[in-house]
Amino acid sequence: MHVLAISGSLRRDSNNTRLLRALREEAPEGVEVTIWDGLKQLPHYDADDDGVPGPPAVDAFRRLVRDADAVVFATPEYNSSIPGALKNALDWGSRPLATNAFRNKPVAVIASSAGAFGAVWAAAELRKVLGAMGARVAGVELAVGHAGERFDADGRLADDDVRQGLRDALESLIAETTPNLQAA
Amino acid sequence: MSIAAETAAVPTGTWQADTVHSSVAFEVPYAVATFGGSVTDFDATLADGRLTGVARIASIAVKDENLEAHLLSPEFFDAERHPEVRFTTDTIRRNGDDVEVDGQITIKGITQPATLRGTIVGPSVDHFGKNRVGLSLETTVDRTAFDINWNMPLPNGDPALANEVTLKADLTLVGQGS
Repeated sequence: MHVLAISGSLRRDSNNTRLLRALREEAPEGVEVTIWDGLKQLPHYDADDDGVPGPPAVDAFRRLVRDADAVVFATPEYNSSIPGALKNALDWGSRPLATNAFRNKPVAVIASSAGAFGAVWAAAELRKVLGAMGARVAGVELAVGHAGERFDADGRLADDDVRQGLRDALESLIAETTPNLQAA
Repeated sequence: MSIAAETAAVPTGTWQADTVHSSVAFEVPYAVATFGGSVTDFDATLADGRLTGVARIASIAVKDENLEAHLLSPEFFDAERHPEVRFTTDTIRRNGDDVEVDGQITIKGITQPATLRGTIVGPSVDHFGKNRVGLSLETTVDRTAFDINWNMPLPNGDPALANEVTLKADLTLVGQGS
């Protein structure tokens, strides 16, 4: 099973990207997690540019999503919602709407923030957007608050509860994906 | 047996839907009016007084392909995992032209009891010499009982989409072997 992992933060020392690295460490045998680093390369969504072929970075992103068995997101919260860069990627990914790469794709959302609430509102927004796009949104609700305190000096996750939360999130996503693999 | 008693009976034998002259549709209040659509790929059979039906949800037809895709998505029917809507009969009652069918309806993998009400016409012989029965049935279901929970608030706070959905079947059934 191949899981594509997308961080909503571009920051080099992003806690959300670090969470995805920890999630990759917790992946069970047979589950390969690839962290996508192409978010910054996507142009702003413009329907005039959305042809065949589209912008190379967009076509590459859509191919990655299509080829993945599942997608996991880690998002921060900007102004009570998801970052513009992440929404922009989803806007590209959602076209054409009826046949987009995310349709029926099992997805899971985790979130973290420096504050106490762990980007819980951004996570809800992201689940809403993914559902509207036709994705199969797994029942994962992992919101990591005070994220800056959860990592050691090397940026590695040093919180066993959060590690367990990541394992549980992956388990839910794998369970959501398994019927698709069996049908294939 | 009197003629009145004969016309009040549920037809025996096997009757198969002529799907060209039949339809399966739904209606649901949406915002300020009623929104409707149909499912074009279905089968229905009346056999020994039991009506059964199956509709392939991938054939859902509304006037916008993006909306069709939304209806097929996990937020609505989840057609990938639950491709069929089914109905089976427990009991059927005819009183003149009126008919009631108690049965079980399965949507999105969830089975709930439902009573279909409507009218029955025939059996009567058509212009090709075939025996036909007409059944016009409808029922109202709460879509949330089938895990179809999508909604969006209107500016006044009311939900855009009602939970109560009317399901309609207008069936022309042809006697097999007639």
